[in-house]
Amino acid sequence: MNRLSSVKELEELRKSIVQKRDVKKTVVNICGGTGCLALGCTDVIQAFKDEVDARNLGDQVDIRVSGCPGFCERGTILTIEPQNIFYQRVKRKDVAEIVSQTLVDGKIVERLLYPDLATGKRVVHENEVPFYTKQKRLLLANSSRSDPENIDDYVYFGGYAALAKVLGGMKPEEVIEEVKASGLRGRGGGGFPTGRKWETTRHAEGDIKYVICNCDEGDPGAFMDRSLMEGNPHSVLEGMIIGAYAIGSPEGYIYVRNEYPMAVKNAGIALKAAEEYGLLGDNILGSGFNFHVKISRGGGAFVCGESTALMASLEGKVGEPRAKYIHTSEKGLWDRPSNLNNVETWANVPLIINNGAKWFAGIGTAGSKGTKIFSLVGKVRNTGLVEVPMGISLREIIFDIGGGIPGNKKFKAVQTGGPSGGFIPENLLDLKVDFDELTRVGSMMGSGAMIVMDETNCMVDMAKYFITFLLGESCGKCLPCREGLKQMHRILTRITDGEGTMADIELAEKLCSTMLDTSLCGLGASAPNPVLTSLRYFRDEWLAHVNEKRCPAKVCKALITYNITEKCPNCGLCVKACPEGAIAAQGKKKPVLLDQEKCIKCGTCYDVCNLGAVQVK
Amino acid sequence: MVKLTVDGRPIEVKEGTMVLDAARRLNIYIPTLCNHESVSPYGACRLCMVDITTKSGRNRMVTSCLYPVEDGLVVKTSTEKVAEHRRMLIQLLLARCPESKELKDMAVKLGAHDLLFPKEDPKTHHNCILCALCTRACAEIVQQSAISLVNRGVDREMGIPFFDNSDLCIACGTCAQICPTNAIIITDTKGKRRIEMPHNTMEFELAKCSVCGRYWLPKKQIAWMAKKSGQPIEFFAKCNNCR
Amino acid sequence: MANQRQLKSGIKRILSRNGNDSAMLVSILQDTQSEFGYLSREAITEVSKQLSIPLTQAYSVATFFKAFSLIPKGKHQIHVCLGTACHVRGADKILDTVERELGIKPGESDKELNFSLDTVNCVGACALGPIVIIDGKYSGEMKIEAVKPLLDSYK
Repeated sequence: MNRLSSVKELEELRKSIVQKRDVKKTVVNICGGTGCLALGCTDVIQAFKDEVDARNLGDQVDIRVSGCPGFCERGTILTIEPQNIFYQRVKRKDVAEIVSQTLVDGKIVERLLYPDLATGKRVVHENEVPFYTKQKRLLLANSSRSDPENIDDYVYFGGYAALAKVLGGMKPEEVIEEVKASGLRGRGGGGFPTGRKWETTRHAEGDIKYVICNCDEGDPGAFMDRSLMEGNPHSVLEGMIIGAYAIGSPEGYIYVRNEYPMAVKNAGIALKAAEEYGLLGDNILGSGFNFHVKISRGGGAFVCGESTALMASLEGKVGEPRAKYIHTSEKGLWDRPSNLNNVETWANVPLIINNGAKWFAGIGTAGSKGTKIFSLVGKVRNTGLVEVPMGISLREIIFDIGGGIPGNKKFKAVQTGGPSGGFIPENLLDLKVDFDELTRVGSMMGSGAMIVMDETNCMVDMAKYFITFLLGESCGKCLPCREGLKQMHRILTRITDGEGTMADIELAEKLCSTMLDTSLCGLGASAPNPVLTSLRYFRDEWLAHVNEKRCPAKVCKALITYNITEKCPNCGLCVKACPEGAIAAQGKKKPVLLDQEKCIKCGTCYDVCNLGAVQVK
Repeated sequence: MVKLTVDGRPIEVKEGTMVLDAARRLNIYIPTLCNHESVSPYGACRLCMVDITTKSGRNRMVTSCLYPVEDGLVVKTSTEKVAEHRRMLIQLLLARCPESKELKDMAVKLGAHDLLFPKEDPKTHHNCILCALCTRACAEIVQQSAISLVNRGVDREMGIPFFDNSDLCIACGTCAQICPTNAIIITDTKGKRRIEMPHNTMEFELAKCSVCGRYWLPKKQIAWMAKKSGQPIEFFAKCNNCR
Repeated sequence: MANQRQLKSGIKRILSRNGNDSAMLVSILQDTQSEFGYLSREAITEVSKQLSIPLTQAYSVATFFKAFSLIPKGKHQIHVCLGTACHVRGADKILDTVERELGIKPGESDKELNFSLDTVNCVGACALGPIVIIDGKYSGEMKIEAVKPLLDSYK
């Protein structure tokens, strides 16, 4: 690879890559992201390579392992160029057929096409899949056609043109003005105006400043950053280099959580490739601007998603947050001005520079500009990553794009903002999703996790879930969070165990108030949100648990029993499956008998029974 | 110099002064547990929280030990809300360390009378409230870093690595002196110093004065003093009374 | 079990790969755990010695982060995801089943050191919950009845 020593050379490289690419050639893009990995994409990829080899099709067919296109429900996903044929739920055993039918004979394998949930009709092309058509995919646009390990794919789609524009003639202050004018707000959860943060860091005292990418993505259920860092790491890197130039920083860090090994690997490959091309390191594109980036791994601590805790971890210390009365943009990493932004925030920067602040500000609402990637998961038919303009309604996301609730169940609530956010009930589904609206109803945007719940989820259990999660993640430094979460957990367990009283609910509410006002960092301060929104919108469930010792959703083990009904024909499946041997056969054609004393409420019998003979009361 | 008001009273202090210190200069009481003038502020106990309104009108609660004074700042050290939170905080502490005299006294002072939470077994925490004064003192004053806070969250404890004998501890007792709840107990008997920490106990040999014969300091501490001062060990053969 | 000499030289290599920089302590401890299976007392002490940092710093960091184990781990690492999306789809029942089958709780290893069990708070494969990861291999859409066959395949 030749080191590019000017903006002109980058453009020449781009031209030659575009020229070299044969747009008529057949390319099989197979998703290599973590989601598809869990569904066996490695086998699919190998099978394709083997089949293409065996049939000597190497000259006519290219196989590309692509970034994550986000439709994880349908993995393993592949897209065949140039026709844009979209195959989903591909398994190794399907590969031979795809090669002979589609690649050789040009025929479609119907059963691998995406079935439109509304019409039942099979969709052939990627750009017709309803899940995608209703989105506004700007950040995720090219993931399914690029190999994250190949920088040339990124350059092909216009990569590093924004950097060239900046280094080729924009002053740092102009870059900051552009980002300010765009209205971009932090995508990690805080929603702080990005341009303003850059400006404060630029003006802060000190020669050495740092630029940090927060890829800790600790919110469970969120995987937007995983997808971007795995599937399109250069988009994040380009944003960071532009930001470093604007701020005047020579050194940057990408902090990736330990649980994302592929993101760590692909970020590393991207750094090396960018350095080889002279897009990173000393004298970038011959401009005289130097910027070096190091990758640092997390150690398994949700609290390290908080900026000061992240910086402590970067310093080799325990991930304890500190008071932010003096902002990190003034005194951050090593007490020096530091600008920390989320992965998605950084990835938006090249788009803004390439298309202009006005264009960006034209998308979204008055207070929230641009698009946002949400991870739509839980009890929804089309789970995956959804990139939509700010201002779209929750209903559109969950029902139009998400396909609604599976199994004919009824929607109950959607949780946004991770453990710091809150539950939103059905009557608020027409809410326009943006930073301020979500906060108004007691939740928050957060990093983008959107968890859908149906009638079989208990809202008291869900509140307890988040408190349990935070209890395990609290750093333990400050009193209200550490001891508060401990007591909150004790109270919620009493309630789900059927021992709760109204006094417990009152105490929980008081404790929430103290934690909100006195916790040292956002973890403790926002821990009350799930509890408070659950109480606000689903109080009747709490009252049922406390006053009637009843769990309306039939989830809380202490408050339910499993029963065998008359429907049971004695097939014996549950008898075999029961881990405690609590179910006994009673004789031919008689229902089996479940010994309630031995029953541990594991739900195995309910799961294995195909005849609906197990009832939960 | 910075001008601000605390509970309606004006005061002028040097830039960089914390609100807590400004209040103390006016003899206004703000409860603290994890704060001590000899070590850097930490902000863990949250008892020193006060209500502030900046010149631009922004109102919130902050820990006064870590908030630097600002021009035109209006500080209220004991609003209804602040008092309510302080009572909740001391209740949380009492649940953790139910036998601590210091915590019980503070609860009375803050007006917290009910028992909101069940008491934990006092043997679990041995009165340690994780204020980290001991670890900060060991790191900043003695500069040995022999003790630290280990584990995370509700499992957090104060201790020495592996809860085994520490090579770095010089048995100076600074940690015990600075502890606000007497969670570290030092007993000197028969030429030995016993340090009882919440989760480990250590024993050290005391040095005998060559003149009066009393056991006065741990041998390890003397070695440390010799190293720091550059004086030979023999200089410390006599106790400070006899020198 | 590595002897002291292997530990010393192994850690020396890990440190030089990480620029001999104490700020890279978390990465260094991860690499050390990868190489030696877990963070023994000797390993933590050696790291602090070679980095010239107080033992308390190395020990505090080693006990703060969930990724580190100070006790020997089993041959096979099992991680059950307890992220929200997985929870909503019944991950706690999957965990219960794994615990019952192996007789251990998260953070523990079985007596024969065949398996170590840990929970993890989201690996980002949320569309496929509940997820169980064994030795880095992901098994999505886990069902209660599928747990025993999966574990048996590693016995």
